Amino acid sequence: MSDYRNGLGKGVVSVLFATLLGTAGVAYADTTLTIGTVNNADMVRMQALSSEYEKTHPGVHLNWVVLEENTLRQRLTTDIATHGGQFDVITIGAYEAPLWGAQKWLKPLDNLPADYDINDIFKNVREQLTVDNHLYALPFYAEASITYFRTDLFAKANLTMPAEPTWDQIRGFAQKLHDPDHGVYGICLRGKAGWGENMALLGTVVNSFGGRWFDEQWHPQIDTPEWHKAVNFYVDLLKHYGPPGPSDNGFNENLALFASGKCAMWVDASVGGGTVTDPKESKVVGNVGFARSPHEVTDRGSSWLWVWSLAIPDSTKQPDAAREFILWATSKPYLKMVAEKYGAQATPPGTRESTYANAGYIGAAPFAQVTYDSLKAVDPSHPTLKPVPYKGIQIVSIPEFQAVATLVGREIAGALAGRGNVDKLLHTADAAVSRTMKRAGYYDQKPVISKEPPK
Amino acid sequence: MSARIRKRPERLLAQPAIIMLLVWMIVPLAMTLYFSTQYYNLLYPGKSAFVGLENFAYFFTYPSFWTSILNTIILVGSVLVVTVVGGVLISVLVDETFPGQGIVRMLLISPFFIMPTVAALVWKNLLMNPVSGFLAWLWKLFGATPVNWFADWPLFSVITVVSWEWLPFAILIFVTALQSLDREQMEAARMDGARGFAIFRYLTLPHLARPIAVVVMVEAIFLLNIFAEIFVTTNGGPGDATTNVPYLVYTQALLEFDVGAASAGGLVAVVLANIMAVFLIRLIGKSLTEKT
Repeated sequence: MSDYRNGLGKGVVSVLFATLLGTAGVAYADTTLTIGTVNNADMVRMQALSSEYEKTHPGVHLNWVVLEENTLRQRLTTDIATHGGQFDVITIGAYEAPLWGAQKWLKPLDNLPADYDINDIFKNVREQLTVDNHLYALPFYAEASITYFRTDLFAKANLTMPAEPTWDQIRGFAQKLHDPDHGVYGICLRGKAGWGENMALLGTVVNSFGGRWFDEQWHPQIDTPEWHKAVNFYVDLLKHYGPPGPSDNGFNENLALFASGKCAMWVDASVGGGTVTDPKESKVVGNVGFARSPHEVTDRGSSWLWVWSLAIPDSTKQPDAAREFILWATSKPYLKMVAEKYGAQATPPGTRESTYANAGYIGAAPFAQVTYDSLKAVDPSHPTLKPVPYKGIQIVSIPEFQAVATLVGREIAGALAGRGNVDKLLHTADAAVSRTMKRAGYYDQKPVISKEPPK
Repeated sequence: MSARIRKRPERLLAQPAIIMLLVWMIVPLAMTLYFSTQYYNLLYPGKSAFVGLENFAYFFTYPSFWTSILNTIILVGSVLVVTVVGGVLISVLVDETFPGQGIVRMLLISPFFIMPTVAALVWKNLLMNPVSGFLAWLWKLFGATPVNWFADWPLFSVITVVSWEWLPFAILIFVTALQSLDREQMEAARMDGARGFAIFRYLTLPHLARPIAVVVMVEAIFLLNIFAEIFVTTNGGPGDATTNVPYLVYTQALLEFDVGAASAGGLVAVVLANIMAVFLIRLIGKSLTEKT
């Protein structure tokens, strides 16, 4: 804490100094950038490479605040909403970028240099970070949800995983492969409460069963047959063919379970592919197959899209130095450097066409092709079978979504732990969500908050 | 008259301290009061508006509200019972002199000095973990299936952890109180033919009435605010099985970023604590001031 204050102090002094001299170049002399980021593998690698950046940018020091996802989100949100100015560079997701950009809490990233090659970045991914034709964040890595499965177990049981399975097929496989006496569970799925944990997966399950969060008038659609069917399916699947205590398992827990050979199947973020194919971290290297995320009545919104991206808060005192860093960390040379230092499969995935045009990467990362196909197929503007007023697949692009999905996620995690009945809790949740939306003024004649969906 | 004049400068000298304390208390309280009447979502700072008592209505009708009140009462009540009953029994046990008494007392009191988060982590990962925990190992030793404590018995597990933390406090108070018990009185009772239980019932317990009152009061105030143990072990779940009032307020403020409802919830918690305090002071404070 005191470190960072020191750093900020130094930064302020150097900016003042630069202003006095009137030369922008001096602003970089002895600048400390405070970077808030998530403790995911790809970001930890970025932190490890910070000496490379400091070498090529003399006078710039990088001060890292690396936190677990939920804690970081709380710190960033409170800081940016109160204009605290603690951070110069922040790591945000596909949910925050458009909302915060629309609030003008982030600095727009226009006029990017030609060698950055912005058109190389997936259009889908760019659109998630764009508000009113201004880009507000640059993607660090992007992920879709995919199906991981154990080719050795499938071969032993004489089963074949289709390239695009349905949830019913997945259930059938789970039933045949579930063998807890030998330490193998049919399927591992997220159960830990949270809008970014169980609700991310469940959101895609609901979408593929034909459900939606809201109708066109923003009335919640949770107490509908589609939701009941989807949630009952999910709870039932995990209860019968899942690991014990599924309500404790989030992305990292399931990754550990799958990598230690305890799950026959796993549906989760494609970014886990780097770990399960890494001999140092995985016991199942060479026995992992990859397929598209399961669908059911529709494949719309059956695979999620999430983008971890870097942005500059409007409250920063050193936007130029921050911009320079973001351009570096999302550039082609950075991706190349990671591949050289950590192996091609460790390249931050899902952002650039050039990564997937590289035969070396496709060869080294068996999950690359499925990730690529999934990312290309994702359409956040049309996430569901029935029309909706929002953008985003496993997320709804409104500020109330965190509250709403946190509540629903908590109730469903409770049902997963055997507390409460799914049909009853969906009914309660629907009423609670309706109340939240009413409170935020979505049903008023003169709304407190604009009814218009964000552009 | 002259006495009052003499006191005036002293009073003036005391003013800065009093004003400091008042400001310390009133400014946050006033801000909480103000925010509790606003629709203020941290993600929508520009859209704040006066909404009157809507935040309170919202907080009271939140699906987990009654569960959280019930959980708070069960949590505080159970821990009080465990620490007072257990504390009295253990302190009577270690009151008799035996070899190693000093060390045993030291060990009994030491859990109190461990930080709540650390204690919770130790219980969660080293003792109650269903795969690698000590209890799981013990269960397997006897051929039983290990229990997934925090998922299947969440509130019970939290009560266990909190009781373990607060039992030493009760023991500390009771052991000191027992040392002031008149030994001659005990001897006289024995000569009159009183046996162990009668001595405990008619001498020790009445003697401990005041310390028990103190323990109940102090613990109740702290136990109403239990947060760290829940945050570390169960995150209020599964579902809302271990959500108490402070945790519910946290959920509103930092998971839903709804400052208005969280402030209203905070005020509700303050009122609840005050009701409890008034009730306890009336009930127990009287026994403290009464001459026995």
